[in-house]
Amino acid sequence: MVKVIIYPTNSLILSDMVERFGHKPIAMMEKIKEKISTVSVDSPPLNITPEEPKMGLKYAAVEVPAGVRGRMAIVGPMIEEAQAGIIVNESPMAFGCMGCARTNELTKYLIRQREIPILEVDYPREGNDEEAKEFVYKIAEFLKSLPKDEEEDKA
Amino acid sequence: MSEGKDDTLTKIVVISSDSVLPIDAAMRIYQSDTNIEIKETCFGTMVTGPRDAVNRVVREVVDLDRNHIFVKERGFLPGDERRCRSSRGGGPRPGFHYLRHEVQMLPTIGKALDAYDRKAPLKETGPKKKLDVDKLEDMIKSQL
Repeated sequence: MVKVIIYPTNSLILSDMVERFGHKPIAMMEKIKEKISTVSVDSPPLNITPEEPKMGLKYAAVEVPAGVRGRMAIVGPMIEEAQAGIIVNESPMAFGCMGCARTNELTKYLIRQREIPILEVDYPREGNDEEAKEFVYKIAEFLKSLPKDEEEDKA
Repeated sequence: MSEGKDDTLTKIVVISSDSVLPIDAAMRIYQSDTNIEIKETCFGTMVTGPRDAVNRVVREVVDLDRNHIFVKERGFLPGDERRCRSSRGGGPRPGFHYLRHEVQMLPTIGKALDAYDRKAPLKETGPKKKLDVDKLEDMIKSQL
C-alpha cells in the first residue's frame, strides 16, 4: 500500500479511486480532522491558529501572503508524507478550501519536485464519456502499477 | 496530537446509482448493530462512529453497487457548528460547491469504472481545443 497525495486535495473522486485500488489517499479532509480535533484549536469558525503561517515559512517566503503559508502548513507535510502523487489539471471548481491559486501552484510544484511516481491528467469535461473513461483508465493503471503490499522505502 | 484519544471517523457516502437509493444505504446502516450515527443528505449519507465500525458499514454499503457509490472522509463531524448551516445563517456550507460539482460528474465516472471492469477498449480522443477567436466573434455578432 502506498500513500498517494491527490490534487485537488479534497477530491471525492480521487480519494475514492485511490482507496478503491488499494492505496491510502493523503487528502485534506484527514488533516483537517486532525487539526480540529486537537484541544488547542477550539475557536469556531477558525481552524487555523497563528502558528500555521509560521510553519508555512518552510515552504514559502515571508513575503508570501499569510493565507498561502497557512494553507501550506497543512499541505506541505502532506507532500512530504506522500510516496506517489496524482495531479488533476484544469479542475474547473478549484475553490472552497482549495480556493487559493498561488497555493495550488505551489502545491503542484512541490509535488513535481519530489522524486516519486506522479500521474498528471486533465479533469474530464462534464458529460464527456470518453474523457471520463480516459481519466479513470489512466488513474486505475497508475494505481495498479504502484506496489501493493510493502511500503515504498524512500530515503 | 489527539491520536489515540479520539478515533472517531466521519465518512461521506455519495450515491450515484440507478439501482440503490440513498434510503437503501441508510436502511443498511440502520440495520447494522454498531454504535454509529448517520445523517441522510441530498447526495447520500454521512456516517460517524468508531473507525472500524464505520469502515465495515461503509464497505457493506459500497458493495450494494460498487462502481456507483463513492466515499470520502470528512474532517468535521455532521452538525459541527463551524460548518453546519444552522449556526452559520444558511447558505451552502464551505466545501459544498466542490462536492456538488463532483457529484454531477459521478454518473460518467461510474460508467467509466464499469467499462474498466469490462476491459472495454479506450477510444483515442484528440487533444482538447480552445474556442477559436473567429468563432467566438461570430457568436457574439450573431447575438446582436
